Amino acid sequence: MLKAIQSNYLSRSAYLWLGALALLLLPWIVGASGGNYWVRVLDFALLYIVLALGLNVVVGFAGLLDLGYIAFYALGAYSFALLASPHLPTQFETIAAAFPGGMHFSPWMVAIFSIILAAVFGIVLGLPTLQLRGDYLAIVTLGFGEIIRIFMNNLDRPLNLTNGPKGITAIDPIQLFGISFAKTLELGVVKVPGLYLVFYLFLLLAITVAIVCMHLQNSRIGRAWIAIREDEIAAKAMGINTRNMKLLAFAIGASFAGVAGVLFSAFQGFVSPESFTLWESIVVLAMVVLGGIGHIPGVILGAVLLAIFPEVLRGIAQPLQQALFGHVVVDVEIIRQLVYGLALILIMLYRPGGIWQKSESR
Amino acid sequence: MTMSAHLLLDVTDVSKRFGGVHALDSVGLQVPHGAIVGLIGPNGAGKTTFFNVITGLYPADSGIFLFDGKSYFPESVSEVTQSGLARTFQNIRLFGEMTVLENVMVGCHCRSKAGLLGAIFRLPSAKREEQAIREKSLALLAYVGLSEFANMQARNLSYGHQRRLEIARALATEPKLLALDEPAAGMNATEKLELRELLLRIRDDGKTILLIEHDVGLVMGICNSLTVLDYGKVIASGQPADVRVHPEVIKAYLGQGAV
Repeated sequence: MLKAIQSNYLSRSAYLWLGALALLLLPWIVGASGGNYWVRVLDFALLYIVLALGLNVVVGFAGLLDLGYIAFYALGAYSFALLASPHLPTQFETIAAAFPGGMHFSPWMVAIFSIILAAVFGIVLGLPTLQLRGDYLAIVTLGFGEIIRIFMNNLDRPLNLTNGPKGITAIDPIQLFGISFAKTLELGVVKVPGLYLVFYLFLLLAITVAIVCMHLQNSRIGRAWIAIREDEIAAKAMGINTRNMKLLAFAIGASFAGVAGVLFSAFQGFVSPESFTLWESIVVLAMVVLGGIGHIPGVILGAVLLAIFPEVLRGIAQPLQQALFGHVVVDVEIIRQLVYGLALILIMLYRPGGIWQKSESR
Repeated sequence: MTMSAHLLLDVTDVSKRFGGVHALDSVGLQVPHGAIVGLIGPNGAGKTTFFNVITGLYPADSGIFLFDGKSYFPESVSEVTQSGLARTFQNIRLFGEMTVLENVMVGCHCRSKAGLLGAIFRLPSAKREEQAIREKSLALLAYVGLSEFANMQARNLSYGHQRRLEIARALATEPKLLALDEPAAGMNATEKLELRELLLRIRDDGKTILLIEHDVGLVMGICNSLTVLDYGKVIASGQPADVRVHPEVIKAYLGQGAV
């Protein structure tokens, strides 16, 4: 028996090492076979994993339907965009005078700032909605998300804070420990392109967030969240301060999005309100629901699938229509929305727990 | 007031209206330390409303509340539980998707304190506490006889077992007073007998029990005293033997033919 356990353990750690190796090689394989475009897709998929895991804390664990989640991503993205681009110094002379070398806050600092900012906004959203559940909560959070986006869109007058719909450009690329993630890093004979470096950085973030989520889920805090999701009155009767626990869920979910937002804007070098529409909130929610609501591996799977799928579709649907009809009949974006809707309906009908749900055997 | 010294729960003059309905009309109830006190009455008499009021689920319109010698006004369910008054529900309210063990572990929430950082970084103190919670919960499952179902989803338990799990979960909050809302509802004769054993054991282990129950045999058999509600008013209270022959009670609850 002991031997069986040992060999089982060995094979498990072997799988872990193989998985780690595969992840390390992934950008090289994808880059070699599909080019940088597909490495970029992978980078974004990792950001979506962070977003989906964050939303999963709110929706999956605590059972609070949040349709304005992308607002916290926007807060992180705009924080970095404003603190590490020439936008503010060119608009305001006092800021230009205060930063003669230009505004170049480090992503580290802005990330920590964004965690706090997003968490505070998470609580700001949570406080007035404590009594709400389900559809009502969804409507309020949807409104919140739209308000943030509309602010970004209109805060170019009377003072140009966000540059409105034109967005903010020339944002500093990610730079950590003196390594620029926008350039190729030369390690002796090995040349690591910036996109690959970004992959490793985002991978590190995604793994960290996944571990944090797992630790939270298996703690008294995670159990309290799930208890609230299952039956709020019974949770209260267990002595759980449901108000604080709900606010904590909002704050933690938001802070993940805040960090992801910082990295997004540094990676893109450009942000505009267009990136933070209701549709984006819905996509992240679809990742959570489709993958396996409340189940961390499922949520990761959902994020990867829905992040890569539109790109695969673009790669297939467009050339296929060209070949068949000589021109594009149905726009890829429309096909994408159609397939999303269909997939969600099918999942709800046949597998409401998601593609990779918690095993029922326990 | 030498009387109140040995009272764990002492509420007087509790009133609660829903619109024009006087759900509770100057209700008083005393629960001595270490006793099993029954609260009985016909359907709609206000028993569950009384539970909801003393546990803070519904705010009372008026009333004087003393718990363990301290005055309190029940406004927050979680704070009432933290102060040592735990309850079960008439319509079972388990956390269905969680395992049986996890349900009891949730009950340990208010007696543990690992914070956010402890949970995220798995600090040694948090790990120790988590281990203690697990052991305590397993012990409680053994106590109510549900050990073999520890890893089963709570919603898959049989009805009688679900009621036992609710009791285990309430015990996990380390209550001084355990308030049970119809724990025998839907149980068969054997299960009722087992429940009776369990309640007596809980009492013998130093807990005090307040019990809403329709099963007259169970109530008469184990309660030290009874309070009878009808239309939101206390119509009788005292020893089970006295209450049983009280004319108001016979009329209202046991029916005219019970004499």
